[in-house]
Amino acid sequence: MTTTAYAARADTRSDAPLLSVRDLQVTFQRRGEEPFHAVDGVSFDVRPGQTVGLVGESGCGKSVTSLAIMGLLPRRGNRISGTVDFDGTDLLSLSDGQMRDRRGKDIAMVFQDPLSSLNPVVPVGIQVTEVLERHRGMNRKAAMPMAADLLKRVGIPDPDRRIKDYPHQMSGGMRQRALIAIALACAPRLLIADEPTTALDVTIQAQILALLKELVEDTGTALIMITHDLGVVAGLCDEVNVLYGGKIVERGPRHPIFRTPRHPYTNGLLGSIPRLDAAGERLTPIPGSVADNLPWDHACAFAPRCSQPIAVCTQTTPELETTGDRALRCHNPVEDPR
Amino acid sequence: MLRYIVRRLVQLLGVVIILSMLLFFWLRSLPGGPVNAMLGERATPEQVARFEQVLGLDQPLHIQYVRYMGRILQGEFGTSTAVLPGADAMDIFLARFPATIELTSTAVIIALLVAIPLGYFAARRHGSWLDNLSIVGSLIGIAVPVFFTAFLLKYWFAIELGWLPVSGRQDNLGCTRITKFFILDGLLTREWDCSVSALKHLILPSIALATIPFAVIFRITRASVLDVLDEDYVRTARAKGLTARIIRGRHVLRNAMLPVLTIIGLQVGSLLAGAILTESVFNFPGIGEALVTSFRGRDWGVLQILVLMAAVVFVLVNLLVDILYAVVDPRVRTR
Repeated sequence: MTTTAYAARADTRSDAPLLSVRDLQVTFQRRGEEPFHAVDGVSFDVRPGQTVGLVGESGCGKSVTSLAIMGLLPRRGNRISGTVDFDGTDLLSLSDGQMRDRRGKDIAMVFQDPLSSLNPVVPVGIQVTEVLERHRGMNRKAAMPMAADLLKRVGIPDPDRRIKDYPHQMSGGMRQRALIAIALACAPRLLIADEPTTALDVTIQAQILALLKELVEDTGTALIMITHDLGVVAGLCDEVNVLYGGKIVERGPRHPIFRTPRHPYTNGLLGSIPRLDAAGERLTPIPGSVADNLPWDHACAFAPRCSQPIAVCTQTTPELETTGDRALRCHNPVEDPR
Repeated sequence: MLRYIVRRLVQLLGVVIILSMLLFFWLRSLPGGPVNAMLGERATPEQVARFEQVLGLDQPLHIQYVRYMGRILQGEFGTSTAVLPGADAMDIFLARFPATIELTSTAVIIALLVAIPLGYFAARRHGSWLDNLSIVGSLIGIAVPVFFTAFLLKYWFAIELGWLPVSGRQDNLGCTRITKFFILDGLLTREWDCSVSALKHLILPSIALATIPFAVIFRITRASVLDVLDEDYVRTARAKGLTARIIRGRHVLRNAMLPVLTIIGLQVGSLLAGAILTESVFNFPGIGEALVTSFRGRDWGVLQILVLMAAVVFVLVNLLVDILYAVVDPRVRTR
């Protein structure tokens, strides 16, 4: 995307957010175990037509956030608080039935593993038409040509034949395209893509990302992109939220975040990407794993893995502080990014 | 698919030949024999020898086997010596078989109708009192011998309360026979009372027999639904906002039924074994009851046919299950 295209799109965007997540908290409470805060006070906005990235490694709470927005977390064993305001309605206050009416229609989701996310014993066509039948009140006969159209739109060749295929008869890329067709069937206003390219070959990854980008631009659908892959973020997102240990640690528009990461974690993530233009330079991985986290209550969870911790990091919780269009949760921000 | 079916049928032929051989030699290695059984202990050696000569039992075993197979190929399956002396063994099987089919299929239908919904809801309410109660129930089903269940049912509902008949397959109503499936015959000839009577006679034995497949089908359904509920495609279905009914039917049960289908095929063996006991308790004239009588009377001809045909049924039902499996699961079809 060129800068002018980006600017042009930014102009058409209204300022009122489509989705406004405030202080979202998801606590897993299993009997006989310490409660675990998978998502710990996350707030962010998504404006109509905007693409927002939720970035972080496994276990940082990005998928749980998306499932909480969709109302797909099981009631049992989970405590969810905060508000998820979608176009003026708090989704968390809706009943199961009201939420069912919105899922697949206003908010849709694309999942990580396209093979396991499609029902193996139902033809792909029916898996597309069932959404149309449910939300558009169409019968199957009327929905079939529309389903073929949708498959065509996501770039599946020979859709009239493919519509009768079962998932195992399709390639990985095609399955992900089918899942995207299912998600877009009812022209949702918000699409959540949870690592949509992780299970795919690299060449296919690029195709799927290009497809998502194109569809989002064509339809004006807002997109939440959940990923651990900063390459995906660089190609797609308007705004980036970096999550660590269930909290947002850094937020900002794409270019500034990549140019001048302030949080050591963001900086570390960028440092662990191999770069072609810096041959000979060593990769610097982030040491340790999320298992080393400190509790957020009276410390920075990232401190044990941080490249530049100071004494206060293990004594007080850093707050998310906003300056301009960026936000940061760090006691000792990076001054000289690599 | 057709090639596959043909291959399975050829395998079936192999099973039958080997089993017939095993049965033939095994039965003849047992002490006593049809002649002793028929003439009793006080028969003189001359009488025994004469009888053995008439029946061809004085010949060496391998010659007896070759002759036996030769007769079978000509469509002679031997003559009964005990179950219905003088009758053709195959006729006995054909007369008894519909009764057992009626009994076992009713038992399977009862088991499916109870076990699948119960297994589904036990899995959905995993860990609840319903779940625990059903597990205990199915354990009882597995642990209690079927003849004991059969006897208890007979004692309470037939003898003490008198609600249902004690034994037999139908009251003596002079019903017309067409297919020898008594319920079906009654419907075909519009002799409604015949169907009703046959159904009443079926209730207790089939409930007793149903306890065996019920326990297994319940367990497998529950485990399988638990697995499927965790599958990504169920999450996708929920993310589409589909109704609970469609998620349950199309996305959960359709996938969860695959292992259940396999189990039903494998249960045919224990169903036939269970039928022997149930039929004995209720004097239900099926092949199970005939099997017991023929064994007691050393009626080798009838016994051989019954066991062989039971094996054929077992293999055929499993073939049917495999075909059904391919119908339900497209991944098997393309293999």
